[in-house]
Amino acid sequence: MNPNLNIKIGKVKLNNPVMVASGTFGYGQEFAPFISLRKLGAIVSKTVTLNPRQGNPAPRTCETPAGMLNSIGLENPGIEMFIKEKLPVLRKIGIPVIVSIASEKDPTEFIRLVKRLGNLSAVSAIELNISCPNMRHTRLISQDASATYEVVKAVRRQTTKALIVKLSPNVTSISDIALRAEEAGADAVSLVNTINGMSIDINTRKPKIAMVTAGLSGPAIRPIAVKMVWEVYNKVKIPIIGMGGIIDTDSALEFIIAGASAVSIGTANFINPRISVEVVEGIQKYMKVNKIVDIRGLTGSLQK
Amino acid sequence: MRKVQIAAKIISNKQLGQRYFKAVLAAAAVADKARPGQFVMVRPQTGVEPLLRRPLGIHNVCGRNIELLYEVVGPATGILSQKSPGELVDIIGPLGNGFCYEGRNTRGKGRPILVAGGMGVAPLVFLAEKIKKLKPLVLIGAKTKSHILCEKEFKGAGCDIKIATDDGSSGFKGRVTALLDTILRAPNFQLSNIYACGPRLMLEALNHIAQKYKILAQISLEEHMGCGFGACLGCTVNTVNGYKQACKDGPVFDAQEIIW
Ligand SMILES: Cc1cc2nc3c(=O)[nH]c(=O)nc-3n(C[C@H](O)[C@H](O)[C@H](O)COP(=O)(O)OP(=O)(O)OC[C@H]3O[C@@H](n4cnc5c(N)ncnc54)[C@H](O)[C@@H]3O)c2cc1C
Ligand SMILES: Cc1cc2nc3c(=O)[nH]c(=O)nc-3n(C[C@H](O)[C@H](O)[C@H](O)COP(=O)(O)O)c2cc1C
Repeated sequence: MNPNLNIKIGKVKLNNPVMVASGTFGYGQEFAPFISLRKLGAIVSKTVTLNPRQGNPAPRTCETPAGMLNSIGLENPGIEMFIKEKLPVLRKIGIPVIVSIASEKDPTEFIRLVKRLGNLSAVSAIELNISCPNMRHTRLISQDASATYEVVKAVRRQTTKALIVKLSPNVTSISDIALRAEEAGADAVSLVNTINGMSIDINTRKPKIAMVTAGLSGPAIRPIAVKMVWEVYNKVKIPIIGMGGIIDTDSALEFIIAGASAVSIGTANFINPRISVEVVEGIQKYMKVNKIVDIRGLTGSLQK
Repeated sequence: MRKVQIAAKIISNKQLGQRYFKAVLAAAAVADKARPGQFVMVRPQTGVEPLLRRPLGIHNVCGRNIELLYEVVGPATGILSQKSPGELVDIIGPLGNGFCYEGRNTRGKGRPILVAGGMGVAPLVFLAEKIKKLKPLVLIGAKTKSHILCEKEFKGAGCDIKIATDDGSSGFKGRVTALLDTILRAPNFQLSNIYACGPRLMLEALNHIAQKYKILAQISLEEHMGCGFGACLGCTVNTVNGYKQACKDGPVFDAQEIIW
């Protein structure tokens, strides 16, 4: 018998627990030449803001040991253009579409964004990106437990859609923040966003990224992310979407065993555009070999 | 859909002196669709060091094979240079827009001029093959005589070649853009189109010259790329029409479109 890979995030049913991380999968079509997009559990779109954003100046990315820095700066066409041009194409894929949103200056923008998306049937769930390190904020919403609570609470009042809150690892206690998000009514938390980092060209003595600091992703951050998922799993009851450095089935399983109900693949999509579908197949195989009938039995199954 | 991800078999991988190599890969699905100026994202490594793919221009297409011309400058090109015939290399391509050498954009009826700086020769050989009939003039800029690449290939495509070296060890002594300037003074070249690839500073100088003579120049830009196929939004180029992506909207741009 085939193992059961179905999971639920709030009311949203996913055929399997593998999704693709915001900002690393374009709007899906970039990957259509390489995989059958329908095989994914869900797709999370690039974070969208109220107004179009052209993003940060170049250079925006550089490679670091087993990772990469990015400071894209949330380049996106703005919510109206997104709804008009990107959303219909995303919807056609036929899997749940999770729309990632962010505010630029004022957290009340989240309310306007959610109101705009709330009655669109193409939108399965909304991910609140309160953790992007590449906006010139002094402080992220997700670096402040009560600010997180306030924003999630305010947004929760506006929508019945599944709400996912994306957390920053650049905090002293991620589980405290996750708990507040849960209390405010989040249906799930996703973690981690990128870790703040910096890299210098010693010949020019210039930073390798124009904005100087940037977000680190890739295998380099995986142990940190796995630990954070485990820590949050021990504190909250809502599902966790785990990510940070997943590059193959084994690394995806690490997150699930640590406590993730679903996993999201980011940077690895750039290296192997087929990786997301390969991980779906890999998890299925692992479950068969280990006689696990339901993926939910694997979540948080860490042995002492 | 044109672009594919394939494990391409290495037919040959030969050192051309200095740290330059030429690899021939069996890649029919890429070869069939490739246009000059397009590139592939190669992953010669396994594991996570180095992590990302690397862009390399399509140097030429021969039947079902593609050729890559590359300089060993770091880990990925180093690993590629160690590969033997028969081994596989994971590639994605063909990517990017490529040079526009027919129709629109090619206003000039004069002889096309190809300007290469250093490794910039790589994509221009493929272009020279495609526009053979127009008898292109090729200007190659290199540090010294021993750094000059592809003379034979351009000759084979029936091009006239002029060389500029920094130290004067071959041809014109000085920058290839200075050589271009002297050539464009001759009126018969002023209806030409310029196609160029090389270091950014060279391309910027070339843009000034092209503007001075009111000649259209298409240039291929080298930006750091995360994915190469439009997903990461990493390879931003600042243009008069706003930010564009080198991997998708480029790597070939009209020189005058770039904010240098
Ligand atoms: C569209 C495109 C086509 C290219 N075509 C060719 C080609 O045909 N032949 C060839 O030899 N090279 C080409 N390059 C450059 C090539 O991608 C880099 O040399 C390669 O990525 C180096 O990888 P590495 O791991 O060996 O070295 P790394 O350690 O990654 O880099 C070594 C040095 O090269 C510099 N470098 C790396 N990537 C780039 C880049 N994209 N632009 C400028 N400097 C860079 C780094 O700053 C560093 O100083 C192309 C680049 C682009 C964007
Ligand atoms: C190029 C790039 C762009 C990203 N853009 C976004 C974004 O728009 N919104 C967001 O919530 N996260 C964004 N992220 C973070 C990823 O979604 C993910 O949380 C992070 O990269 C960790 O996962 P990974 O190591 O698998 O990449 C981006 C990451 C990268 C590398």
